[in-house]
Amino acid sequence: MLYAILCYNNEDVVCAWSKEQDDEVMARLQVVTGKLRDQGRLGPVARLMPTTAATTLRKTRDEPLVIDGPFAETKEQFLGFYVVDCATLDEAVDVAKDLAEANPGGGSYELRPISAFFAPREVA
Amino acid sequence: MTDPAWINTALSSARPQAVAALLRYFRDLDTAEEAFQEACLRALRTWPKNGPPRDPAAWLIFVGRNSGIDAARRRNKQAPMPPEETISDLEDVESAVVERLDGAHYRDDILRLLFICCHPDLPATQQIALALRIVSGIPVKQIARAFLVGESAMEQRITRAKARIANAEVPFEAPGPVERSERLAAVLAMVYLVFNEGYSAGATEIANRAPLCEEAIRLARLLLRLFQTEPEVMGLTALLLLQHARAAARFDADGELVLMDDQDRSLWNRALIDEGLALIDKAMRHRRSGPYQIQAAIAALHARAARPEDTDWAEIDLLYSVLESMTPSPVVTLNRAVAYAKLRGPEAALKLIEPLEPKLAGYFHFFGVKGGLLMQLGRAEDAREAFGRAIALANTAAEAAHIRMHLDRLSAESLPRNGMSA
Repeated sequence: MLYAILCYNNEDVVCAWSKEQDDEVMARLQVVTGKLRDQGRLGPVARLMPTTAATTLRKTRDEPLVIDGPFAETKEQFLGFYVVDCATLDEAVDVAKDLAEANPGGGSYELRPISAFFAPREVA
Repeated sequence: MTDPAWINTALSSARPQAVAALLRYFRDLDTAEEAFQEACLRALRTWPKNGPPRDPAAWLIFVGRNSGIDAARRRNKQAPMPPEETISDLEDVESAVVERLDGAHYRDDILRLLFICCHPDLPATQQIALALRIVSGIPVKQIARAFLVGESAMEQRITRAKARIANAEVPFEAPGPVERSERLAAVLAMVYLVFNEGYSAGATEIANRAPLCEEAIRLARLLLRLFQTEPEVMGLTALLLLQHARAAARFDADGELVLMDDQDRSLWNRALIDEGLALIDKAMRHRRSGPYQIQAAIAALHARAARPEDTDWAEIDLLYSVLESMTPSPVVTLNRAVAYAKLRGPEAALKLIEPLEPKLAGYFHFFGVKGGLLMQLGRAEDAREAFGRAIALANTAAEAAHIRMHLDRLSAESLPRNGMSA
């Protein structure tokens, strides 16, 4: 089964990482994703820009409303995701644990089983 | 969580919010800073043991406030300290504090903290130094290095600036909408100053001054999170990101300034450019233009050009004309000259800038651009004279070296060359 591992963290803190810190974390995460890739279990991975760069289109009955945001009322924001092929939830938890070890500090991973997945073409 | 690097990052990113809230509470900058310091010390002691608080800023504000009150009590009467657990035990309290820290509230707190740093009585350099010290928490030693002065001189400067703003009496009530937007405008200008202080550095100082650019971007991001629907805040953030994206290409191995046309564009930072482009697109949708958005749009056109010859000079020239009408200034017209020359030739550009000479007689870039245009026109003697004046007015060794390079070319060959600023 495919799992989406959704990354939530405080973007104030993540944006405050120095380049060195960022590079270090990314290098450690690549060890984890590299292993999954070699096993043929890694799907798309994305790191999102901060929510300040985001726009929201609210579906309303008439013309949809385009607004800035999401306004982050919560302390943790959705900052990225991994798609990983896992036979069991335990496997997915293990992957998330590896990611957490590579990227310590605050935040959380949400393990979300994927019900349908489309990958029509590579865009990047 | 026991990773000390993570704790330090959490502390420094919570700093503006925490110091701002403590300032509102204690109404005194020094007390607020001391209380924050104390809270940080406690965080370093308890976070590795107890794990991270859900909201580091709220934790620091609460603990800072308690320890500040406690310090005041101790000064009043020599009462014994309450045990550590009662000060840093936040089991239930944290959620209560988080509730009270709604967005609007701490938005005005942080704006106030930044605003008192840009008091009009303070010269620009003191505004910058103060913001870096108080809001960003940069050590005095590092600020001193950035301004090429000794640590004690900088310490004195900051103390004097603090004394000055202590008497300024910025009201602590929530500001009205007009006042809020006035404060925001002043603060944006100050953030831009911080950035330029770093950006205008030469190659030799860049190591000490580049952090100013990064700090300015951090402050801009902070403001953007507080004012997520303000197009000018998006514009300023985009502008800084797009300018900073070129940092690695702006100097060659010998520390010489590299003109934008000659820069290796593969060295431009793609991630910063993408974020800058996303922000300026977002800002433009608001249809409430402003000087930062226009400047960011100009920077975006440069960033979008894969090669120098792909640059949309007509659009850049148009944007400069909008900027000129929005914020008329000889410097803006001077900056327009580059696009003007590309579109209409050096002769026309020279005519555009010549009337500016009386106002820009002390400005390095004026004579740099003028010399460049004269050189393109093959007027070697006049170009030499303009370059001579530019060197005399150069602010950094790199600027002077850059002009000298033109002079050398003039002596070696009298072929017309391009002389645009980086």
